[in-house]
Amino acid sequence: MLSKRLIACLDVRDGKLAKSIRFVDTRDIGDPVEKAREYYLDGLDELVFYDITASSDKRNIMLDVVEAVAEQVFIPLSVGGGIRSVADATDLRLAGAEKINVNSAAVQRPALISECAEAIGSQNIVLSMDIRAVDVSETCQSGYQIVINGGRTPMGLDALAWALQGERLGAGELVINSIDADGTQKGYELKLTAMLAEAVRIPVIASGGAGTPDHLVDVLTQGKADAALVASMVHYGAYTISELKQHLHAHGVKMRMSW
Amino acid sequence: MNQRTAVIIDYDAGNLKSVQRACAEVGLSASISADPEVVRRAERVIFPGVGAAGSAMRSMTRAGMGEALKEVIRSGVPVLGICLGLQISLDYSEEDDQATLGLLPGRVVRFRFDKPELKIPHMGWNEVRVTKPHPILEGIEPGDEFYFVHGYYPEPEQTGQVYALTEYESDFASAVGQDNYFATQFHPEKSGRVGLRLLSAFSEWNGRC
Repeated sequence: MLSKRLIACLDVRDGKLAKSIRFVDTRDIGDPVEKAREYYLDGLDELVFYDITASSDKRNIMLDVVEAVAEQVFIPLSVGGGIRSVADATDLRLAGAEKINVNSAAVQRPALISECAEAIGSQNIVLSMDIRAVDVSETCQSGYQIVINGGRTPMGLDALAWALQGERLGAGELVINSIDADGTQKGYELKLTAMLAEAVRIPVIASGGAGTPDHLVDVLTQGKADAALVASMVHYGAYTISELKQHLHAHGVKMRMSW
Repeated sequence: MNQRTAVIIDYDAGNLKSVQRACAEVGLSASISADPEVVRRAERVIFPGVGAAGSAMRSMTRAGMGEALKEVIRSGVPVLGICLGLQISLDYSEEDDQATLGLLPGRVVRFRFDKPELKIPHMGWNEVRVTKPHPILEGIEPGDEFYFVHGYYPEPEQTGQVYALTEYESDFASAVGQDNYFATQFHPEKSGRVGLRLLSAFSEWNGRC
């Protein structure tokens, strides 16, 4: 039986680790390679790097980070943040990323998803969606809409419609990131996650809001997610990766328990 | 002692450096080559792959690599197939309705489920249950999981060529082999410590089982 996955997301700015609080303030928390290795040895199932480097001339630093991590960490490695073209995706793949996350640029130009799927394979394209709850309306019937620019710009695009379109265009996986829950540590947006997980046939990764191990149990059961993404709850030492996996396992969630 | 070496066949099938790096981690010095002559001279061969059966077969045929691979297998050199490498070593794949290399009898079929909660592709970590001992699978224990990502699965004709099973709704063959050829549906290079152990066992395998 397929296990649920525990994924850690590391935000990287100018080659250093940063943790974003609701995407607005960020602060450095250390060396990405060291942290990645630590999590890998503690049983992490998959790793995501999100590049939040602002200036474009510093973006190549990320390739070096990916390369260094890929030499030491033998689990799937996913990279996102600022990917606008097939060339960006291919560069990161050559550096050692397994999967490529597209987000804002795909909202602005959906063909990016199909172009990347064609070039590097559907299973390696992850469509990352930043989502806010809104009032149900004619144009937003699911009650959730897509936002970009780190949550600042609403796009008037229904999250459910976008998830289905992304799947049709060739995304191999979805990240459901609730901007409302992100940084709150009060739990994932279960209703949103379950709605999207039930609507698509591709795997769904829940993101945003994890604060306690029970939040992970909830999103992997009631929330119907295939994987749960964590960040600050492990980065600052409140919990270790293996503790979280043991908690999930003890609560009946199928996890990989030997590593 | 001489450094153990291998050649990774490059046929446009994706992330070969991750295979190369994992080999380096277990002391196997692997070069990546698209040249059939280099493959013919290899001490060991790794036949990886991510992508689709149709385009993979076109690249294999165009470069004359299919023939080279068949020759090295006949010559007794240890060969390890990974993922799509396994799939195109059978006779036929439903993916792109493609005739494939025919190294082992069998076909590759698409996962079909009535249950919407079973996602396609089969992506993530799943248990590999060894059903027949093999030097490459030595040390794998019940409960050990490997990383998979695939929408199609192998159906070898001869059960004697199946070495491990994995369950996704029902059991499918996750490791197959014959003589000096061995192949996995999962990705040892992305499967942490157990994956590295498998690659290490391959690096020491003499091609007999």
